[in-house]
Amino acid sequence: MLEVLIFYFSALVAIAGAVLMIVQRNPVASVLYLILSLAAQAVLYIQLSALFIGALLIIVYAGAILVLFLFVIMLLNLRGEHFEDKGPRLGRATKYALSVLFFAEFVVIIKELAFTERAGMLAAETAADFGGVEPVAELLYTKYLYPFELTSVLLLVAVVGAVLMAKREKTARQEDI
Amino acid sequence: MIPIAHYLILSALLFAIGTAGVIVTRNLIIIFMSIELMLNAANLAIVAFSRQLNLMDGHVYVFLIMAVAAAEAAVGLAIIIAIFRNRESINADRFNLLKR
Repeated sequence: MLEVLIFYFSALVAIAGAVLMIVQRNPVASVLYLILSLAAQAVLYIQLSALFIGALLIIVYAGAILVLFLFVIMLLNLRGEHFEDKGPRLGRATKYALSVLFFAEFVVIIKELAFTERAGMLAAETAADFGGVEPVAELLYTKYLYPFELTSVLLLVAVVGAVLMAKREKTARQEDI
Repeated sequence: MIPIAHYLILSALLFAIGTAGVIVTRNLIIIFMSIELMLNAANLAIVAFSRQLNLMDGHVYVFLIMAVAAAEAAVGLAIIIAIFRNRESINADRFNLLKR
């Protein structure tokens, strides 16, 4: 009973945070709502006994990536920028309808996947250390060693690319991108 | 016990909110955060399946997706800074260079 309560509460917070994120005008508030949503999702991860991933979500996402977003918002001076949609009303309605349609499509697919009573339930019991740091790390360093090593190359490329992109070129013309 | 379908519906809902954010908003930073939200929605489904099948491989996938998301955030924010420096705006409606 308690876990059902926790699930619905966290799900509600996650959805509310996500919705508030996209309707906010102030990007800083938007980032904070996304952090709220991610915190609720971390609760769900932990409920799914994915302790390591749940901790990682808080540390890497809320702690690092979204703080990077905040830094960028701080760097850009967005005062006086207006983001109102000046398009026709029908166009705006279509945009919302499109994402509702998208969700409906997902629901149909999930229904079609035929989650029968037995197959649709989570595994009743898992190993005591399921989702802990040690077993996940063991998988990461044995079965998935090469993808893991490739990740480091990806991050290196991203760092070099980001520095190159954000660097101010003294000689380049400022007008064109 | 919560059926896995509930987690999948939640994941689908978060993903749909993310797509709505990408389509509807014009602030580049919020569009970018919506993409992060979509990645996280996919992660939630992966973790739920991982729990259902009692396999930890899904956790490794989520780990790798998070690394990709971090790389994407770094490069994307650098692009946003470069665009802002040149155009003094991050309104997606104003980037119509290829349309003209």
